[in-house]
Amino acid sequence: MGLTRQATGFSTLQENFLPDGSNGYVVALAGNPNAGKSTVFNALTGLKQHTGNWPGKTVLQARGKFTHQGHSFTLVDLPGTYSLLASSVEEQVARDFICFGRPDVTVVVVDATCLERHLNLVLQVTEVTSKVVVCLNLMDEARRKKIVIDVPALAGELGLPVVPTAARKGEGLARLKDVIAAVATGTLHPVPTPIVYDAAIEAAAGRLARQLQPLLRGRLNARWVALRLLEGDATLIEGIQEFLGRELDDPGVKLQLKEVLA
Amino acid sequence: MPGRKTNQVFDAARHLAGGMTASYRDRMVTVLYARAEAIAFRAVEKNAKARWDLDQRLDAILTSRVWGYPIMLALLAFVFWLTLEGADYPSTLLANLFFAFQDMLSGLFYRLGAPEWLHGIVVLGMYRTLAWVVAVMLPPMAIFFPMFTLLEDLGYLPRIAFNLDNFFKKAGAHGKQALTMCMGFGCNAAGVVGCRIIDSPRERLLAILTNNFSPCNGRFPTLITLAGIFMGGFLTTVSGTVLAALTVTGIVGLGIILMFFTSWLLSRTILKGVPSFFVLELPPYRPPQVLQVIARSILDRTIYVLARAALVAAPAGALTWVLANVHLDDLSIIAHLTGWLQPLGKTVGLDGYILLAFVLGLPANEIVLPILLMSYLSTGMLTEVDSLAALGEILVGNGWTWVTALNVMLFSLLHWPCGTTLLTIYKETKSLKWPLLAAVIPTAMGLAACFLVKLLAGLLGAKLGG
Repeated sequence: MGLTRQATGFSTLQENFLPDGSNGYVVALAGNPNAGKSTVFNALTGLKQHTGNWPGKTVLQARGKFTHQGHSFTLVDLPGTYSLLASSVEEQVARDFICFGRPDVTVVVVDATCLERHLNLVLQVTEVTSKVVVCLNLMDEARRKKIVIDVPALAGELGLPVVPTAARKGEGLARLKDVIAAVATGTLHPVPTPIVYDAAIEAAAGRLARQLQPLLRGRLNARWVALRLLEGDATLIEGIQEFLGRELDDPGVKLQLKEVLA
Repeated sequence: MPGRKTNQVFDAARHLAGGMTASYRDRMVTVLYARAEAIAFRAVEKNAKARWDLDQRLDAILTSRVWGYPIMLALLAFVFWLTLEGADYPSTLLANLFFAFQDMLSGLFYRLGAPEWLHGIVVLGMYRTLAWVVAVMLPPMAIFFPMFTLLEDLGYLPRIAFNLDNFFKKAGAHGKQALTMCMGFGCNAAGVVGCRIIDSPRERLLAILTNNFSPCNGRFPTLITLAGIFMGGFLTTVSGTVLAALTVTGIVGLGIILMFFTSWLLSRTILKGVPSFFVLELPPYRPPQVLQVIARSILDRTIYVLARAALVAAPAGALTWVLANVHLDDLSIIAHLTGWLQPLGKTVGLDGYILLAFVLGLPANEIVLPILLMSYLSTGMLTEVDSLAALGEILVGNGWTWVTALNVMLFSLLHWPCGTTLLTIYKETKSLKWPLLAAVIPTAMGLAACFLVKLLAGLLGAKLGG
């Protein structure tokens, strides 16, 4: 099955991603192209998916299992994306999984040598879910390039656990597994620093989110859905409708939107 | 119609903040970027930029307007040269080993009093073809694949895409086609599947239809072996090896040029449209994980391709033996078939045996040369092919000249994709039209190219084969 727009709806999401017997935790692996996501995936699962140093290699999503501290985890390797704005099919697939697939943990793999660019994705993921672990990969390369990263400061700024790794050498992977398990089981509860937009957006998002709250029934992050609505993301609305099994446009909803408008 | 309803929801949402027309998305993205910058500013300390500079300096050369292309071609030629140089000796060694074992096998069959036809099918058909495929294919693949994977690991492939992007744009194709083209050098079926990285259906079809212009690893042994014999003078001299490597590079170069031409032609005829925009990141150069690359490329690619070839070669060998030894009206079936194909073959500077070998080689390109050899041998010539020289003798004995060799190489580059690739194209496009087109285009080009070469060689006064 190809990566076509038709094939990226929620229905295919279910058969593509959602684990068959839902025993154990689901861990999503997100990251920019070339952050070493496939290497991390292989290192964690012991699978030998071919890795290549070029963007877009992971066309089909790979899935693998690993066990740690007596828990079993299903790792889903998402396509490499620069953002969750869903401007390409890959981004849409990744976003749909993170928001509708409801993984227990989302690991965002970032390249330590160009942290700033890769942080955009981390920030966007934290808007969807708080259960995020940052895998600061390619630390070996950063050391070679004499780039020093203040990991506690980074973790503090983000409000997320940050694990430095060099997946190719196996560095930091044990700790990564520990942290994934801690977040999955709830012993570690990340509180991501919220991103504050300008006053107009915040006000509109706040009002819209309050209206959406009862509709979403806690199954999706209302603030995030409100922001996406404001942004005008058509693909997401359809996804939400499928996910909730309910049209956002049915009489009850329309009424509420009118109230918001007033 | 969900689209229309959705729009209503949007319109409602959009008007929320008092009908502001400024894009919310832009303003949100600006905030995100500012936040990322602020965090990075606080958490990252760059001491020196030594390696970053090295990356940039490398890119300044490897993707420069002046040096980009020559370096690309030189790297390709170097890889082929190394493959030719390194593969010859182990190939001979393996062949000697396998054919010594064939004699033992034959001896065993005779001692057991096995019937002649059984010995023919099993030993002369299946075993000999299998041995040939392994002896000729294993050494070049074990050198070529790791070299190619090393380049991939190093981060060179996106640079190729960068260098060629302008050409793809001019041809009306997607720049990512450079990546699927490179995958095609490994295996066209894999290349066709890889075309999924191209979003636009029109450009994906272009990439699928022209992937066959990358000679796959099933065809490289044919190219390398023939170039070694006819252009390289059996690789006994350095200049011969260099000439053979340059010939293979030339054939690959021709394939790339024709790929551009076909893409251009298609995007101006049946697949009209403009190329879409995309972002290609040039990843940092990374020191390849040499041992892992070698292990993976030998296990994943070499063994896989070899197993596939062997799987097809054994039955194909048996079939060829039967075709060569079952006689109808005093002539073997092969003789009937080749006689029928002979006029066409001769017209384009090939022969009936060669065309038949390509037809029978449909399941896998790897077995074209072994089948051809079997058919020639079945007419009663040498029984052992233990070196390039012996192989050359058989071919010359059947009327080959360098023109024939060049034409076979051209036809190997330009003919229908193998069965697996055709099936993959069908699966990817869900239509019989595209695999058909993918077969017709290169075949027509191949016949035309061979005919042209024969004509030109005739004009040059070259001696054409009987």
